[in-house]
Amino acid sequence: MAVSVRHVAMRRLGNVVFVGFCGAVTAIALTALVMILYSLVSQGLAGMNLDIFTKSTPAAGTPGGLINAIVGSIMMSIVGMVIALLIGVLAGTWLAEYAGDSKLGAVVRFLNDVLLSAPSILIGLFVYEMLVFPFKTFSGIAGGVALALLAAPVITRTTEDVLKLQPTALRESGVALGAPVWHVIRTILWRGAANGILTGGLLAFARISGETAPLLFTALNNQFFSWDMRHPMASLPVVIFQDALTPYPDLNKLAWAGALLIAAAVLTVTVVARAFSKESKR
Amino acid sequence: MALSPPHAAPDISVAQMDKSRVKLDVQNLDFYYGNSHSLKGVSIPFEANAVTALIGPSGCGKSTLLRTLNRMYALYPGHKATGKIMVDGEDILGPGVNLSMLRAKIGMVFQKPTPFPMSIFDNVAFGVRLYEALSKAEMADRVEESLRRAALWDEVKDKLLTSGLGLSGGQQQRLCVARCIAVKPEILLLDEPTSALDPISSAKLEETVTQLKSDYTIVIVTHNLGQAARLSKYTGFMYLGELVEFGETAEMFTKPVTTRASDYITGRFG
Repeated sequence: MAVSVRHVAMRRLGNVVFVGFCGAVTAIALTALVMILYSLVSQGLAGMNLDIFTKSTPAAGTPGGLINAIVGSIMMSIVGMVIALLIGVLAGTWLAEYAGDSKLGAVVRFLNDVLLSAPSILIGLFVYEMLVFPFKTFSGIAGGVALALLAAPVITRTTEDVLKLQPTALRESGVALGAPVWHVIRTILWRGAANGILTGGLLAFARISGETAPLLFTALNNQFFSWDMRHPMASLPVVIFQDALTPYPDLNKLAWAGALLIAAAVLTVTVVARAFSKESKR
Repeated sequence: MALSPPHAAPDISVAQMDKSRVKLDVQNLDFYYGNSHSLKGVSIPFEANAVTALIGPSGCGKSTLLRTLNRMYALYPGHKATGKIMVDGEDILGPGVNLSMLRAKIGMVFQKPTPFPMSIFDNVAFGVRLYEALSKAEMADRVEESLRRAALWDEVKDKLLTSGLGLSGGQQQRLCVARCIAVKPEILLLDEPTSALDPISSAKLEETVTQLKSDYTIVIVTHNLGQAARLSKYTGFMYLGELVEFGETAEMFTKPVTTRASDYITGRFG
């Protein structure tokens, strides 16, 4: 059959159109991202000053900062991540190494996937029922637990996935030396999967760092500086939510500064953790 | 070409093998992966301080046989072995066998190098730490001795604390051998240890095996007939889950008794 010049030309045209379309769509997505980052950085920097890190959230018209929200966010995130890592790594390990194709494993995996996509406001309501209502007070602890419930399924999933990527021969060579399976998991497999588990932890941290809904039901908010996790606690997302909705420009500015802080925190934690894990690989 | 029917009784031309020299004696072994019957009545003796090679086409059961010898299959539900495997007079398939102690006595090296994600030193010390509480100096000695025996010491002595993952494939495989012998086993199981290596690394590993064979009972599964001929004193030829022929390597490679072994060795199938 003869080569048809027209056919080849049409195919070339199709190629150009398709690549052009891909490029255009990418450009749209990038434009949106750049605009978000630009408004975040420019407005956030405008609201940034020393008071942010030294004073607590003010009433409208008075000077103030975000230190109560910053400390609250850090403490609740730490509590949330510690609980989530504990549950997530152990559950993921069980799923990957012990559950196999069992029914129970399939059920746990399915429920974890459901939790993974559960609306965060539902998690907030659940923790409200479990930890706020019975104790008759909103608390930082409840906030941390709500964040943990959001983060744990992410960590469970990634832990299972990266453990399954470890070669069978690696497991077997540990066992062949006479090591019990649990010892092999702890000393060999976790180490081999450490980078992947870390990535899961970072994803989870990024997910919870901006969550507002579950904190509204659990930690509520606090105008004053507090280390006490048994009582209501301020957090950056909730402060942003409240201040951004007020008609006062100074509070709006504060909200922008808070948003910039969250973005910067996620970025910093990611970069530091990555650098650290590369260092330890060497 | 029609293949001859499976030989009913394996040719034990090694009846002259002195019973007291048998370290590991497999008797009438059957193995099942769930419903598939993959070893059928295999009986084979392994002489102490000698290399025995297991050869045969893919899927013939040689790796399966090797994995019953340290009960590696016990990791997986549904895998089952019946028969007897006598090690120093004890049946390791029997109840109440301490798997950790068994595996301390029987080391295994796998097809692909499997260095652990830790330093070279810790790789070698890993197994030792399971059984012995050595002082720092004793452990350093044990690691050096093991690496020397595996012919790796000169290449890694200046970077013992760097990751084992940074070594070349051939070095990694010798690291696995060192890790194995550091525990001071008596039997070494090698499952196609050179199939993932380049020719130069393979030659080095074979050299290592040659140096080890006077001190260990070695069973090596290989697809490489030349390797079997170079390394082993005895060879077992397996086909479809049965041991078709067993004998001294020199004899089997020059005048095999069964047609099937002769066809395989001369390259008519495989």
